[in-house]
Amino acid sequence: MATVDLNDVRKVYAGGVEAVKGVSIAIPDKALCVLVGPSGCGKSTLLRMIAGLETISSGTISIDGKVVNEIGPTDRDIAMVFQNYALYPHMSVYDNMAYGLRNRRTPKPEIDSRVRATARTLELEQLLDRKPRQLSGGQRQRVAMGRAIVRNPKVFLFDEPLSNLDAKLRGQMRVEIKNLQRNLGVTSVYVTHDQLEAMTLADMLVVMNAGLIEQIGAPMDVYEKPASTFVAAFIGAPPMNLLALARETDGTATVMGGARIEGSIPQHAAIVGLRPEDALVSTPQSPQKGALSLPVTVEAVEPVGMESFLHCAINGERIVVRVPGRSMVQPGDTLEIAAGLDRLHFFDKDGKRV
Amino acid sequence: MADLKAPASGHDKLMIGQSATGIYVAHAILILGILIVAFPIYYTFVASTHTLQTILRPPLPLLPGPEFWNNYSQALSGGVNRIGGVGVDTLLVNTTVMALGIAIGKIVISILSAYAIVFFRFPLRMTFFWIIFITLMLPVEVRILPTYKVMVDLGLIDTYAGLIVPLIASATATLLFRQFFMTIPGELVEAARVDGAGPWRFFFDILLPLSRTNIAALFVILFIYGWTQYLWPLLVTNSNSMNTIVIALRKMISFADADTQWHLVMVTAMLAIVPPILVVVAMQRWFVKGLVESEK
Repeated sequence: MATVDLNDVRKVYAGGVEAVKGVSIAIPDKALCVLVGPSGCGKSTLLRMIAGLETISSGTISIDGKVVNEIGPTDRDIAMVFQNYALYPHMSVYDNMAYGLRNRRTPKPEIDSRVRATARTLELEQLLDRKPRQLSGGQRQRVAMGRAIVRNPKVFLFDEPLSNLDAKLRGQMRVEIKNLQRNLGVTSVYVTHDQLEAMTLADMLVVMNAGLIEQIGAPMDVYEKPASTFVAAFIGAPPMNLLALARETDGTATVMGGARIEGSIPQHAAIVGLRPEDALVSTPQSPQKGALSLPVTVEAVEPVGMESFLHCAINGERIVVRVPGRSMVQPGDTLEIAAGLDRLHFFDKDGKRV
Repeated sequence: MADLKAPASGHDKLMIGQSATGIYVAHAILILGILIVAFPIYYTFVASTHTLQTILRPPLPLLPGPEFWNNYSQALSGGVNRIGGVGVDTLLVNTTVMALGIAIGKIVISILSAYAIVFFRFPLRMTFFWIIFITLMLPVEVRILPTYKVMVDLGLIDTYAGLIVPLIASATATLLFRQFFMTIPGELVEAARVDGAGPWRFFFDILLPLSRTNIAALFVILFIYGWTQYLWPLLVTNSNSMNTIVIALRKMISFADADTQWHLVMVTAMLAIVPPILVVVAMQRWFVKGLVESEK
């Protein structure tokens, strides 16, 4: 039950590399905050600074209103779930979970009841006597979670905990983590590079790039109103189509070598974004009209089951369009694509939303 | 279910690409090798069960003689006049103390220094590492005179400390532990820190149990190293009662051939082999695991 506040946090490594370049985040109590970004963006460094495993070069980190810069990981009252689980290989599942409590001199009967209660929640009761090497990946993951939960800490920290699981298990564990976190009501920081994981888990989504925050917000807000071209391209799969906007002498704007955009366009807009699902395919049966209409040639069709992605091209530029269900379109066909003005995202030449 | 099983045949045990002839050849070579290695030990044993007269009248029989109890009880209790009336039991105790001291001492010192070098960041860390590494190039024989002088000045001649301490530092073992510690994932160290384990707790609760097999393997090797030390014990012990069994053996045969109590020499040699064998047998499971294991 705690808030976590990061105030202009920086991390400069000994070699002069600046991994985190001034990050401020206020995580409310009981929230699940997901840090997402490509590898090397500083998200893991930030998490490790919250954990106390990395020193803070400047700025402050507070847990529950108390600055923890100088406090070691042991005394921050945090628990961490690691990417490779980091279970103690020579200890049984029971001992793995009990170890942190023993080090804190928790009375034996209490350790026992807490470990057993946690094992019950995570359905690990049958495995308490096993060693980590006798467990499957998913079971190890649960034990790692159990080790965090049993401590009943103020904050949970997750460092890409699902990246070693297969896709199906990852989907299951995602739901489980979300439910657990909500039921326990423990403030959590979760690092991932998987935008799907980020979208589905987060109460609060923090998109990072090159040591800086690109955007903070609720997942759907970030999705619907990306603050920059980076966020637009990172969140969503397939990513948003980003097209260079050309200004004609008469003041109108065109994309892709000549297609005009009708309606008023923000003054400094230099890039226009269109999500694949917002592009409508115009057919003679159901003609679509919008601010933008593009005659394109289909280059490839990717059916993924409940939807298909059409990779289209016009004048050497590419655009991806999502169509529901099975698509009758063949590579080589020409199509008319339309999109409403409210579906277009505009960014200035630096990539900021306008 | 049993009747559904495929009939057992010798071919079940063959590895792919192996022929029956190959197996016979491999076994023949193995058996030959064992014979070559084991025969001198067997012959020593045979000699230890005959009287001196039989031994001195070649050829020595290939089968054990009737003097087993006589020879062994004489060596164990009676003592041998040639080496100052010290019984084999005293020699065995001396050697055991020295070998254990060297093996345990080396392991304790090297595991601690490797722990410091791998898991702590302190000034001149790499310098210390290289200094340890350089000592690899200075074997005992090279520094034996200054070391002897130091032992004399410290009054450690004819003491267990004098036997053990100069041999106790081990760059090899330090390097071995360092290599092993470097394979321990950083996450494990961090998990322990988050779990509230300080440096000592991490060492005793996690690092030591994980190093178990390495320690066992090293213990066997170092125990035998200590057991078979020759030059240093020869220098640092004057009194016969502080001799190790290897030194005593040499002293027993340093006289004219006719005077040497060959049957007792052979008994002593046999007894000298027993403790290292016991150590190897006792540690065998862990020893092999330590040499081949890579699972973590």
